[in-house]
Amino acid sequence: MSSIAIPGIKARTGATDRSDSLRPLALAAPLLLLLAFSFGAPIVLLLSRAVYEPTIANTLPQTIAALRADSGAGVPGEPVFRAFAADLKAAQAGGTIYEFAKTLNTRLPGARSQVLRLARLAGQDPAATKEAIIKAAPLLGEDQGWAAIRSGTNRFTSFFLLSAFDLRWTDQGTIGAVPSAQAVFTRVFGRTFLIATLVTLATLALAFPLAYVMTNVRPVIAGIVLVLVLLPFWTSILVRTAAWTVILQKYGLLNDLLLWLGVTSDRIELMYSRTGLIIAMTHIQLPFTLLPIYSVMRAVQPSQLRAAQSLGGRPFTVFRRVYLPQVMPGVLAGCLLTFILCLGYYITPVLIGGASDQLISNFIANYVNVELNWEMAAALSFVLLASTLGLYVTMTRYLGLDLFKMG
Amino acid sequence: MLSPYPTTAERIRVAALWIWCVLVLIYLVVPIFVPVPLSFNSGSFFTFPLAGVSTRWYEVVLGTARWRAAIGNSLLIGLGATVLATLLGTLTAIGLSDPKFPARRFVVPLLISPLIVPVVVTAVGTYLFYARIGLANTYFGIILAHTVLASPFVVVTVGASLSGFDRNLMRATSILGAKPLTGFLRVMLPMILPGVLSGAAFAFVTSFDEVVVAQFLANAQQRTLPLEMFTGLREQLSPAITAAATLMMGLSILLLIVANLLARRSRQAGAPAE
Repeated sequence: MSSIAIPGIKARTGATDRSDSLRPLALAAPLLLLLAFSFGAPIVLLLSRAVYEPTIANTLPQTIAALRADSGAGVPGEPVFRAFAADLKAAQAGGTIYEFAKTLNTRLPGARSQVLRLARLAGQDPAATKEAIIKAAPLLGEDQGWAAIRSGTNRFTSFFLLSAFDLRWTDQGTIGAVPSAQAVFTRVFGRTFLIATLVTLATLALAFPLAYVMTNVRPVIAGIVLVLVLLPFWTSILVRTAAWTVILQKYGLLNDLLLWLGVTSDRIELMYSRTGLIIAMTHIQLPFTLLPIYSVMRAVQPSQLRAAQSLGGRPFTVFRRVYLPQVMPGVLAGCLLTFILCLGYYITPVLIGGASDQLISNFIANYVNVELNWEMAAALSFVLLASTLGLYVTMTRYLGLDLFKMG
Repeated sequence: MLSPYPTTAERIRVAALWIWCVLVLIYLVVPIFVPVPLSFNSGSFFTFPLAGVSTRWYEVVLGTARWRAAIGNSLLIGLGATVLATLLGTLTAIGLSDPKFPARRFVVPLLISPLIVPVVVTAVGTYLFYARIGLANTYFGIILAHTVLASPFVVVTVGASLSGFDRNLMRATSILGAKPLTGFLRVMLPMILPGVLSGAAFAFVTSFDEVVVAQFLANAQQRTLPLEMFTGLREQLSPAITAAATLMMGLSILLLIVANLLARRSRQAGAPAE
């Protein structure tokens, strides 16, 4: 736009500018709306479950009122117990008791059966005393039981997010570690990051020399090698995982090969082992690491290397001081991409990993499918998503990796 | 790679590099072809040497009601997602190719994000949301969810074929009195068609290979081919799976070779003459 200093005309060109930029946006609008509906909204809803848990508060209105009147911490007095029994009776009648028992159980392990027993008792005997209630539900005679109920009456909760880091609110109101028997998630995150790191390093060790050779051979050979790299890239992760489950069997090809080479004297268990998982994940991720490295290496001018050599640089010095700095962005981009994708692996650990090789995604799926604990699944999703997106933003911001150029 | 007068040490280094690369290529390529011969095995074990050659496992996959239903579901969902993703993705790519597109720095990463967000998070969230609005366990719901995952590929491929498109051509059509739609159908679409078809192929393969979202959203009647394979791999390993894997791999590789040839052609066609 030329800059014209007449106010009236400027205003009018401004208006055309806006409608000009609205038209391309309108073309993108249907897809953006679909993404908002079928991608954005589901993720926001899922993440909100990590901090918003109204079941306990909705089930216990009378208990909340009675607790407010009750003074002090720890086990409350008789009126609160009576209100609690009345709330359970109402929940029993309203059909929400199972949902409540399950929700309380996630905060207070063992509470489920006691709550259900107490609800039956409250239905039969509306005038149950504090002792009778504690007899039916011993957890209610303990400080930790009421601490869980008190924190649960708050609809917004940090309980699940803290749990994802194996932390909890202590009775003194500070944040502390959970007992080591319950501390599973830091181990799972640690394992996920460890396996992602190992796979990333393995793909780098395999991909870097191959990419280097590809840039230094005749174009025809480089083209053939590129097709060989792309063939597995185009095959679905499930099919490649299926192939590896066949190869890694006790009487499978890899064991045959190791025996024949004399590397091992006996057949080894590769299925349901971490070694097998890393072998398969490295195979699946190799093209993701290789392609960005290859595209950067192709852009390096060979004349610069020759110049460095003719100036007396030893081959290793030339490699370290001239070549490596130029290909470093591609190396970092490829490694980061592989690392990010490894963090979210689900299919391959299920089919090839053992019980102690399940990654964070497997725990999320398990909390949804088996334990029906949406809050914990949401909290773990939150941490996984935050790590992934954090790394992705770093990648695009500082490395300028353009996924557009990777097709 | 050798310098004009190589020393022995240099020869050894280069030879070692070559051997390493050949080993890496074997590691890359051999595993994906292992299921192929096994799928023609007449025995029911996964071991070489084969007991004999037969097509019995293909008869299982193509002849049993369970597998046939799965293939039908995969094709239905794949076609639905392909049509939607190609339509919406192409429109978006055309919008993005306009230099006046607002806030491109934020919109492009947003459009790509379905590829970056861990698929379990997407699947669990979609399941939770769809269950509330009655879209869980519906074909339409699975198609929408697959459209989300497939659309980035369409935006990228069509975007690439548009990068060489001369926008003056569209101005010319409107000067000649054509409506924008006519200009698009008669001038722009024929030129970017290879890119659009290539994006459609990518979209179809994405949906056809997808298993995690389908696992959460599909009910027993809506099981797709990959989902059937996944369950089979978890429960008991039957050679029918190698036959299914071979079929899936064949279709993916075929479609993606076509897609890449088309994409290359469209980039060449769209590139301005030098």
